[in-house]
Amino acid sequence: MIRADKIFKSFGENPILENINTEFLRGKNNLIIGRSGAGKTVLLKLLVGLLQPTQGTVWYDDIDFYSLNKYQLRELRMKIGMLFQGSALFDSLTVEKNVSFPLDMFTNMTVKEKLDRVNYCLDRVSLPGSNKKYPGELSGGMQKRVGIARAIVLQPKYLFCDEPNSGLDPKTALVIDELISDITKESDITTVINTHDMNSVMEIGENIILLHNGQIAWRGSKDDVIQSDNELLQDFIFASPFLQRLRNKAMQNV
Amino acid sequence: MPRLKLFFHIGRYVMMLGNAFSRPEKHIMYYRETIRQMHDIGIGSLPIVFLISIFIGAVAALQFAYQLDGTLVPIYYIGYIVRDFAIIEASPTITCLVLAGKVGSNMASEIGGMRQKEHIDAMEIMGVNTAAYLIMPKVIAALTVIPMLVAISAFISILGGYLAVVPTGFLSDAEYTLGVRSFFDPYNFRLMFVKAITFSFLLTTVSCYQGYFVKLGSIELGKASTNAVVFSDILILVADYMIAVLLT
Repeated sequence: MIRADKIFKSFGENPILENINTEFLRGKNNLIIGRSGAGKTVLLKLLVGLLQPTQGTVWYDDIDFYSLNKYQLRELRMKIGMLFQGSALFDSLTVEKNVSFPLDMFTNMTVKEKLDRVNYCLDRVSLPGSNKKYPGELSGGMQKRVGIARAIVLQPKYLFCDEPNSGLDPKTALVIDELISDITKESDITTVINTHDMNSVMEIGENIILLHNGQIAWRGSKDDVIQSDNELLQDFIFASPFLQRLRNKAMQNV
Repeated sequence: MPRLKLFFHIGRYVMMLGNAFSRPEKHIMYYRETIRQMHDIGIGSLPIVFLISIFIGAVAALQFAYQLDGTLVPIYYIGYIVRDFAIIEASPTITCLVLAGKVGSNMASEIGGMRQKEHIDAMEIMGVNTAAYLIMPKVIAALTVIPMLVAISAFISILGGYLAVVPTGFLSDAEYTLGVRSFFDPYNFRLMFVKAITFSFLLTTVSCYQGYFVKLGSIELGKASTNAVVFSDILILVADYMIAVLLT
């Protein structure tokens, strides 16, 4: 479990996040949703330590993230995997080298053990046999899957995904969502997904927070979304008239 | 305010170096990266170093031949002057100024590109000390390879001087050789290596600093690359003056 404890963040005089208190549960797909500029990425970066909060802290189970020294922090970070919006694959390395990078850096595994682990992860994301390809030779969806393979290669306890569906067609986006959700369940890890994709919310959202102007405006699960009367949530999820009509129909059936 | 900005950059540069020279996570990864950098900096820079060195020596020899013409200074002094000019000043300084343009801008772009594509963030989250992994191998490689390049440059410059004045008939082979072998002070070699090591440290760390803290956008990346060259060159010239004051 990860807990954001009274987090405030501002850049200069400009407040970005105000009093964020929330828990991201183990074995669940925890979603941070909100419109562009709501503070989702800043919150995610605070959770993984790429930014420092102005006030407040983050707990990884019973560990205060911001009180760790650099050696403790390194140990904790080996338990964290992250999928970036642009995948952040190293262009000059092959898929195999990208995925094995954390193994090369942090383990004493033999070459064969590393290759087995890499192949297992690539199989898991349905990319067997792509070891020798370079990121530039892969489609956006395949790059995301390699990013997931790299994120899970060290068997993390915590998985963060920043906009995993951005730039993907709806079908591929669903495949990525299902993959992340399956991995979360299989490995019983704490997964935090930052998204503004409505499909993700309705498919895999088990523990959702809606950020608006740097504050939590709503929390619940995908089952609560349709019946919620929170206007900000409805504006966000059912943004188009078409989706609003669908929601109204669904409500009549309920 | 500009003074505060200067202190901010100096502070951040020193902190970056502090992080860069900490214990590696895995020595073999750093070793491999250092070897790669040595190859890129060393072998990759040989042609340009060869080219500039031969012309430095050639032009220096011709200029001194012109200046000494009709004076009472013995003509074989040309070899002596070219040798010391190459060893003490031209080879370390001009080679490093050129390498700041070639190697420095390359380092700033490479690290800056990694910052912009979130590669550095990805490594940070994995637990990699990115300042150490990205900067330390480059600095060690430069400190090892650039002094070698400077020594090669000095040799080629002297050869360039020979080619400019002997085949053209300004000096005989014996006169040039006599000049090159006259009044030799081994201390000048030490001075050359002090300069080469100082300049290579400056050009790599300043360039890495510019790349490591680049902001978003291609214009910023371009600026970082330019700043890497400009600031490295300025600091190399200032350091050259300081070394001249302190050690000669």
